[in-house]
Amino acid sequence: MILRRIHYPTFNLRSTFEELERMRSEMDRLFGQATGSILSRPAAGVFPLINLTEDKEKFYVRAELPGVKADELNISATGKNLTISGERKIASRGNDVRYHRREREAGKFSRAIALPGDVEVDNVEASLVNGVLTVSVPKAEAVKPKQINVK
Amino acid sequence: MTDTETKELQAKEKTQVATPAEQTMPGIVFTPAVDIFETDKEITLLADIPGVEAKNLNIDLRDDTLTFTGVIEPFEGPDEEDILIEYEVGSYYRQFTLSEVIDQSKIDAQLNDGVLRLHLPKVEKATPRQITVKTG
Repeated sequence: MILRRIHYPTFNLRSTFEELERMRSEMDRLFGQATGSILSRPAAGVFPLINLTEDKEKFYVRAELPGVKADELNISATGKNLTISGERKIASRGNDVRYHRREREAGKFSRAIALPGDVEVDNVEASLVNGVLTVSVPKAEAVKPKQINVK
Repeated sequence: MTDTETKELQAKEKTQVATPAEQTMPGIVFTPAVDIFETDKEITLLADIPGVEAKNLNIDLRDDTLTFTGVIEPFEGPDEEDILIEYEVGSYYRQFTLSEVIDQSKIDAQLNDGVLRLHLPKVEKATPRQITVKTG
């Protein structure tokens, strides 16, 4: 509790339940093993990190690529495999600037992802909006779920 | 002049805001990566906030504290199911204390490809004048 007092000195307005929940997440954060949340997630460790979702018609591959222009991005699809590669460029500021923070990184990247089902490679669409890439890949007719009527 | 470095980009997990004690935003809040650099005339801030639309970005400068908040609107379709989730989507929040006096009326913000660019011009200092003392 002493630790908590140090971190949250103005912490007396919330209900006990909220406090317990906060305590739990704080402990998770401290031990680096949050239950079912971001810290425990296994990632491929290859840039860019990818989220893959599906609906009945399509697979959606999303990646956060801030500052990458559409023409610096290369997406190719072969069979079930999708490759996203490109380069993130950050222009140099010259020598007369003084940096206070420099956290953004530039460099090349290449990421391959295997889709979990057959797809129609010819109709893959990609869009890059506000630095988020969305590739929508139509599923092959054979993999789409079929409605079966009961007679 | 462009950067010549062509190193491989490393995958980095986003950093959650460390002390969400006073947080009023729903969901996860991340600390965006920023570049801040300064010339004699202005301070420029670049922040990676992918997925934030211009209308959901809030920049606030009060005294010498600069705060920006970017809120993400859900963009997934209603029947989409997760297969593989490597990154979380959430809002962005970051606060800075500025040492120089900023001309608030000339602040300029642009949002391109998920990168916020903030120009913070410094107040023009009065040019030193030489005063000649007349005798007579």
